[in-house]
Amino acid sequence: MSNAFLQISNAEKISREAIPHLSFDQFQSQALDMVTNGGKIVHYFAYPDKESLKLLAVLRTDKLFVAGCDVPDVYPSLTKTCEPFHLFEREIAEQFGIRPQGHPWLKMVRYHPNYTEGAADVFGNDYSQDIPGNYPYYQVAGEEIHEVAVGPVHAGVIEPGHFRFNCIGERVLHLEIQLGYQHRGIEKQLLAVPAKRLPIIGENIAGDTTIGHSLCMAQNLEALTGVQTDQGARVIRTIALELERLANHIGDLGALSGDVAFLPPANYFGRIRGDFLNLSLLICGNRFGKGLVRPGGVRFSLSDDIRKVLNERLAELRPEVTHVLELLFNAVTVRARFEGCGAVSHEDADHLGLVGPAGRASGMAYDVRRCFPTEHYPYMGIPENKKATGDVYARARVRYDEILQSLQIVESLAAIPVETRCVSEGMTYDLPASSFSVALNEAWRGEVSHAVLTDENGKILRYKIKDPSFHNWNGLAMSLRDTGISDFPLNNKSFNLSYCGFDL
Amino acid sequence: MLSVLKNRFEQGYRTNRYPEEKVKVFPRYRGRPVIQDNISEETLKTCAESCPQDAIDVQNQKIDIGRCVFCGTCENISNGQIKFTNDYEIATAERADLITSGDLPALAEHAKQHFKKLFGRSLQLRQVSAAGCNACEADLNVLATPFFDLARFGINFVASPRHADGIVVTGPISRNMKTALLQTYEATPTPKVVIAVGSCTISGGPFIGSPEITEGLDKILPVDLFIPGCPPHPMTNLHALLSFFK
Repeated sequence: MSNAFLQISNAEKISREAIPHLSFDQFQSQALDMVTNGGKIVHYFAYPDKESLKLLAVLRTDKLFVAGCDVPDVYPSLTKTCEPFHLFEREIAEQFGIRPQGHPWLKMVRYHPNYTEGAADVFGNDYSQDIPGNYPYYQVAGEEIHEVAVGPVHAGVIEPGHFRFNCIGERVLHLEIQLGYQHRGIEKQLLAVPAKRLPIIGENIAGDTTIGHSLCMAQNLEALTGVQTDQGARVIRTIALELERLANHIGDLGALSGDVAFLPPANYFGRIRGDFLNLSLLICGNRFGKGLVRPGGVRFSLSDDIRKVLNERLAELRPEVTHVLELLFNAVTVRARFEGCGAVSHEDADHLGLVGPAGRASGMAYDVRRCFPTEHYPYMGIPENKKATGDVYARARVRYDEILQSLQIVESLAAIPVETRCVSEGMTYDLPASSFSVALNEAWRGEVSHAVLTDENGKILRYKIKDPSFHNWNGLAMSLRDTGISDFPLNNKSFNLSYCGFDL
Repeated sequence: MLSVLKNRFEQGYRTNRYPEEKVKVFPRYRGRPVIQDNISEETLKTCAESCPQDAIDVQNQKIDIGRCVFCGTCENISNGQIKFTNDYEIATAERADLITSGDLPALAEHAKQHFKKLFGRSLQLRQVSAAGCNACEADLNVLATPFFDLARFGINFVASPRHADGIVVTGPISRNMKTALLQTYEATPTPKVVIAVGSCTISGGPFIGSPEITEGLDKILPVDLFIPGCPPHPMTNLHALLSFFK
């Protein structure tokens, strides 16, 4: 593809001068060209550079590309012709007060005042007032149409968000998802905090994806500072990421089982999930892996006694996991409820740029571990694991396959002794001036990515976080179209997306 | 049917015998921290400077476990002069008691006796997730799994505040969740309890300093029970609920 975008590698330091700076028109047409030809957006965000505002896009085909441009206060929306830009343009409008002219559905993402001092709010909001919910929701008109509104406080012990269903009888015509309730201002906060706080905030972006997010942060800081990790640390990080995948996939299959009222696997998986969380605790003292990954490596080694317990537990768990998986997937009543429920077509998934298990269930083979491998993944074969049907069954089945694959990965890595030198505390990060790095990892929900830009003094100028849920929430909305509203919990759990990872 | 029975047999009985028998956790678990009496001021100072949460008070030799995220940095640099023990029974009835050198008052004695009378046999709780990282929610959810089986103590999480005896709050209460939280509190009939779970809710946690959050639930609602941790271990939650209400 002849393109002015620069080809880059995953977690590689580049000088900001090396990033092609295009004219706005050229930038837009080239980005549009790549995305309409099957490329996907990894990042598309704005940042202030001295007096001006700039845009930066990281796109992927089978390679990674980056380019930037100056941004006018108002620009013609790309979403009009190319849907994948939809949420990114809304985010840019909210964060920097830049209006994408002609955007078909310009609404708030997280309800916060924009970052540019003095810039008018694109949505006309007064942020001294309570904003969430003060917004004209998408409406469907007609005699038998009714709305169902849920949240932000949901019925269970789960994160807050607001769902608005437009229904005709039991049938859902459209689901509008409004998030932003968990907004903590993380991206902005990361610019101002001392270095010692960075990893702590990084691992608390989304607790169930602690390893995924903290890996991205660590890899970027390592790339920028040139600090090398040793092989042992890379193996331990890989084990930790796979344990995170196991715990979450197993928990979700249990929840799916509960939602179709097949309670034995729901209870067994609920308990087994805890056993995998405890394996993370075994390694690093925290069930979610907090405190393990730091720039430069890991804080805990896999000593022989720890490895012994790990291997013993895995040997105990494997038959239990396999038997409960069989119990769940062999039950015809379960298959009858999973199959054909909430299907997202390959075409829709491709348009929306779905990632992770949700994308693979709709036939998108993409897996960061295979396409842009980091840590120990370059030395492993990650099988292509896609399904054709895009329904709840496919999303559950992808999890099934990945559970067995991850078990095998952890077993094989835990079997070999590795030495690592644990990172010392109180590390300071002297970041280089005017540099850029982007890191991608396959967390359990899919592609998680962080991008860092530093200014001419080596201070973080822009820290951009993207959880896979940012791509996938619209997939959930699509899956609900034309289904019974009572299928919502099942569909919701088959995606199990992050609210806090999205809200930031 | 046979496979259901076979699995049932394989799974066996998994519920723990807490509080009669203590549950053991893996040695690397970081529970209640203890500051050694003979720690030098210099070491403590280095710890305080390296603490990502600024949770260490050098002058009084104390650590605020409502602010601490139990990362273990101070343990590593003090060569164990600050030590995170395996003790997970760390909840308190007063915010001030969380600022400690290692000792915590016995929660059962500080529990309000009228709460025990009111809620001791049946306690229904409404959980409000208010902008954390979802780890606290996850470790509250596991209380319903067979190992912990919270329901055997007559404690349940319910869907409506109207059916609840109190609320359990997690997360640092974002600006965008404040109204929903206060409305849930209002909707809960009195007498009611308020339980703060996790360092975010108690102090703002990792997000301290962000203008988008509240630094401490006790600044907006009267809190009866503080359960520290990032997130609190499920056993910490279980201990707190049982000691305070049973």
